[in-house]
Amino acid sequence: MLVKLKKEWFFNIKGDALAGLVVALALIPEAIAFSIIAGVDPMVGLYASFLIAVIIAFVGGRPGMISGATGAMALLMVPLVQDHGVEYLLAATILTGVIQVLFGVFKVAKVMKFIPRAVMIGFVNALAILIFMAQVPHFLGINNITYIFVAITLIIVYLVPRFFKSIPAPLIALVFLTGAAIFGGFELRTVGDLGTITQSLPSFLIPNVPFTIETFMIVLPFSLALAIVGLLESLLTANIVDDMTGTGSDKNKESRGQGIANFVTGFFGGMAGCAMIGQAIINVKSGGRGRLSSLLAGVYLMFLIIVLGEWVVQIPMPVLVGIMIMVAIGTFDWSSFNYLKKAPLSDSVVMVAVVAIVVYTHDLSQGVIAGVVLSAIFFVAKISKIKVEKKLLESTQYLVQGQLFFASVDDFLDKFDFEVEDKDIVIDFTDAHIWDDSGVGAVDRVVLKFRENRNKVEVVGLDTGSEKLVNQLAIFNSDNAKLPTH
Amino acid sequence: MYNKILLAVDGSDHSVRAAKEAVKVAEANREAQITIVYVADHANAKNDVLHSGSSAELDLQRRKKVQPVEEAIANANIKYRVEILHGTPGPAIVEYANEEHFDILVIGSRGLNSLQEMVLGSVSHKVVKRANCPVLIVK
Repeated sequence: MLVKLKKEWFFNIKGDALAGLVVALALIPEAIAFSIIAGVDPMVGLYASFLIAVIIAFVGGRPGMISGATGAMALLMVPLVQDHGVEYLLAATILTGVIQVLFGVFKVAKVMKFIPRAVMIGFVNALAILIFMAQVPHFLGINNITYIFVAITLIIVYLVPRFFKSIPAPLIALVFLTGAAIFGGFELRTVGDLGTITQSLPSFLIPNVPFTIETFMIVLPFSLALAIVGLLESLLTANIVDDMTGTGSDKNKESRGQGIANFVTGFFGGMAGCAMIGQAIINVKSGGRGRLSSLLAGVYLMFLIIVLGEWVVQIPMPVLVGIMIMVAIGTFDWSSFNYLKKAPLSDSVVMVAVVAIVVYTHDLSQGVIAGVVLSAIFFVAKISKIKVEKKLLESTQYLVQGQLFFASVDDFLDKFDFEVEDKDIVIDFTDAHIWDDSGVGAVDRVVLKFRENRNKVEVVGLDTGSEKLVNQLAIFNSDNAKLPTH
Repeated sequence: MYNKILLAVDGSDHSVRAAKEAVKVAEANREAQITIVYVADHANAKNDVLHSGSSAELDLQRRKKVQPVEEAIANANIKYRVEILHGTPGPAIVEYANEEHFDILVIGSRGLNSLQEMVLGSVSHKVVKRANCPVLIVK
């Protein structure tokens, strides 16, 4: 027990303590900006980032990963908050947690491997585009000073890290430009215009919603979408941290942990969240490896908000917009353009389709589900191409190549010429595999149809799996077999 | 004699040139063993994971990058092993070299001009500055 505690918590105290601080500083602007995207008070995102980071430190499956309020989740909540308000969002957050715990218990993390990379690339690109689009109303056509502040923020966040890396550049932009805005008296919208900052710890409350089936049905589709998207981004992030640290992680435990974190967060006034790709990378790069860094990131964050709350409301919106544009640019997968050129056409189509569907519906989960379905269809279409080669030796030889299953049966049947009589026919399955009942049925049909015209038919070259299936299901081996009528 | 030779590579042509020099250093000595080290850059982690199906596939892709270097050394009949590190190339190489007490470190230089160096940062410069062993930079 003590050994485990040391191995997961206290093997890297200095690195974790420093990385935790860097992450906390980077978390503040993001948590506020994601709250604004979701349409809720900044505290809802700040509490979420605090609670999720702290809880995941204890129950997560991937030490060194950072979780909190995220853009992907915030974007999903928009319609729920607009139509029903923040209390329903808290209820949805609790239900999201329950669903994710179930995902963990039923080991849904394994299903991740069925999500093709084209879908994942489409997912991050769509997310980046949506985060950018959400910023547009906050800077377009307000006034010139807004544009200038956005531009200066971008210059700071991209230029400063070239020379100076110990303090996160977004924080430098935030402090410097908030000061400039206060002393300059510019006409800028601030965080305070969009919500309030409460300088206190979150407290337990039960969401103020009627406990009826109707409420449940309103919340359920959002919770499902949140649970799926949250798990997807968390597992992608876990893979990235696995790779960066050269270590493995427990994906099912992570799923359960995300669920527990969301479940608790909902009761303390925070919105649903998940693992954050950008923050996790910052954490590992800054030396964070253990559970301690996530815990400290959350604690520092809350401490800073309690101490500095009155300054936070003065942050000009254009600075947050600039930081979010940076987040969007960092989220986008810029090698996608290269990917589109190199990848098979079907993969490119899936990737573009995911982006298009998400941008159109503003719902990441719909894009992902559509992408998975589309990929599956493409896959079946590709693999269902079956070749039958006809050779006329002393007997008529049919060489079958490919996969024989429900989707390739029709093609397979079309390849035979049944207008023959009194011939010796050999059907060779050496380069083929029969997968299912439909496949065996097709072999039956071919054999029996040939036999109707007094041809002698022999089936050869079945591999073990196919032969087993044929022995179980085929009827052509029995003496009085007749062509099925269907 | 240089017994423990560290060869830092990034899979480029410069790496192969560096490998040839490392072979020359090792040839004189039967005891010599070359450790080829490749750093999976943290800056590319997101991209790498997103564009590979599994960690096994990613591992293979990285090993492939090292392959021309491996061949150059194997052809010269010199003992070698491959180590893949994760981190930021400069510091990761330095840390590994100092921890494992190598006798010499061989590294290729990309030959950047001063502007590129400012933007990209010179890995070989950082390594020279902070490694505790002699460093051979191959142009």
